[in-house]
Amino acid sequence: MAVWNATKFRKAVLSITTLRGVVSVLGLLVVWELGRRFQLPFFAAVPAPSEVIKALGKVIGSGKFWNDWLASYSRVLVGFVAAQVVGIPLGLAMAMNRSFFHFAFAPLEVLRPIPPLAWVPTAIIFWPTTELSIAFVIFLGAFFTVVLNVLGGARNIDERHLRAAASFGSRRRDIFWKIVLPATLPSIFTGMAVGMGITWEVVVAAEMIAGKSGLGYFTWSSYVGGNYPQIIVGMVSIGVAGYFSSGAIRLLGKMATPWQRQF
Amino acid sequence: MMGKASDNLSDMKTLFEVTEVTKSFNIGPLRQLALDHCTFSIEAGLLTVLIGPSGCGKSTIVNILAGYEKVDAGEVNFLGKPVRGPAADRLVVFQESALFPWMTTYQNVIYGPAVMRIREIADIEADANLLLERVGLLEFKDKYPNQLSGGMQRRAELARAMINNPAIMMLDEPFRGLDAMTRELMQEYFLRLYEERRQTVLFVSSEIDEAIFIADRLLIMTNQPGQIIHTMQIDLPRPRTPDLLTSDRYLDFKQEALEILHSEAVKAFAKGSKAAADFLEAYAAQSGKVS
Repeated sequence: MAVWNATKFRKAVLSITTLRGVVSVLGLLVVWELGRRFQLPFFAAVPAPSEVIKALGKVIGSGKFWNDWLASYSRVLVGFVAAQVVGIPLGLAMAMNRSFFHFAFAPLEVLRPIPPLAWVPTAIIFWPTTELSIAFVIFLGAFFTVVLNVLGGARNIDERHLRAAASFGSRRRDIFWKIVLPATLPSIFTGMAVGMGITWEVVVAAEMIAGKSGLGYFTWSSYVGGNYPQIIVGMVSIGVAGYFSSGAIRLLGKMATPWQRQF
Repeated sequence: MMGKASDNLSDMKTLFEVTEVTKSFNIGPLRQLALDHCTFSIEAGLLTVLIGPSGCGKSTIVNILAGYEKVDAGEVNFLGKPVRGPAADRLVVFQESALFPWMTTYQNVIYGPAVMRIREIADIEADANLLLERVGLLEFKDKYPNQLSGGMQRRAELARAMINNPAIMMLDEPFRGLDAMTRELMQEYFLRLYEERRQTVLFVSSEIDEAIFIADRLLIMTNQPGQIIHTMQIDLPRPRTPDLLTSDRYLDFKQEALEILHSEAVKAFAKGSKAAADFLEAYAAQSGKVS
């Protein structure tokens, strides 16, 4: 890593790009705050940023709030990992084998349009515990995106690479591990990043319906309890949690595909 | 290992025997005849150059010899046996870089021997380093292809093919799309490697100067119909150096080849080929220079 000195720091942090971002966020907060103070339409009913910060101050020290973070994160992790573990091999198998593709494609296409939330009642009946039901719904949220991305990536491999590999005397095993898999890796990570976003959308909704903990439950119960500033705290928490998750996937993807760096 | 291939020069062995091959693309009214009763052979130990106007079916021949495409009619024999699918003893170096982007230069070069699992790792390593040094890429062995220039990528690809010691290496216009300076440099790298290793090569080109400069044997092709119409032995001395380009014998070979291509282009032009019109124009300019 490069050595950080004052000039570099100023360049990176005080750049015009950062400045624009900060100005736009601060501007939004000011408009929001003033809108609430002057009872402008739409803003009148929304808790102002100052109230939200006060509410955040109240919960930030409590173990309960951080437990909700932990609960949501662990559900996302379980459902997301399960979706990768099942989805990536399935997508690759469909790309490698034509008859398996025909076999698997139709049921996938029928199940895909069903929104994850429509699965919630069935999931509750089907799985023994609520936790498993929620994890299953999260799994479904990421699963189809993962399969389609992997499949698309593996099918779009440059014909020249396959021909070259065949010429060099590769066995099927070599073609898979040394050509198809690395060539599909960028698509796998695209699928993961998109799937991660959907996972957060789904976990929150699932917790609202069936949960006893988590950021979705936190948000919903704040509404039921009439604590409006706390609703906003919940919403922003979900946004921040999703942002960090996607960031982690992007970082992982960059590390796993060093040849894709721009030089 | 380097001397091995050159010993074969004396006992000239036929590698490819292509007999009456016909190949067309599409069916019905869109049918296009790429090869029409095409017959030729390729001998071991020689650098054979296949030359002809663009679109005459040169790449089709390479794809058929490599085993990527099947013929409609006729026979393609490799060392006496019919060609069925690609194999490691008939390697193709493609027009554009087909290096694996996810592997470093070094990993690309050792890919063939690594998947064949015949040679010792140490032997592969030594050979890879030697080849990388010969093509001037030793310092770039740990770079990914997208960190290399166009010329470097072609050189890496040459090394990746050569390390396999295939019975024949087929280069389908390997230097196309490079600027003139890089192209010249590539020809020199390639000639030096060939003259050192003497691996059998089929080199597809659409440039007459390049073709005669490097070739032992010249196969001239036309597109109306897709056939090899003439074979020329280019017995210029090796190693070949750029000053050869101004020698009388070189110019005689060039004149002969151009005349054959010209008479074919006239025939094609009479049948309404636009590509032939371009060639005739170019020929008029060229022959002014030659004679």
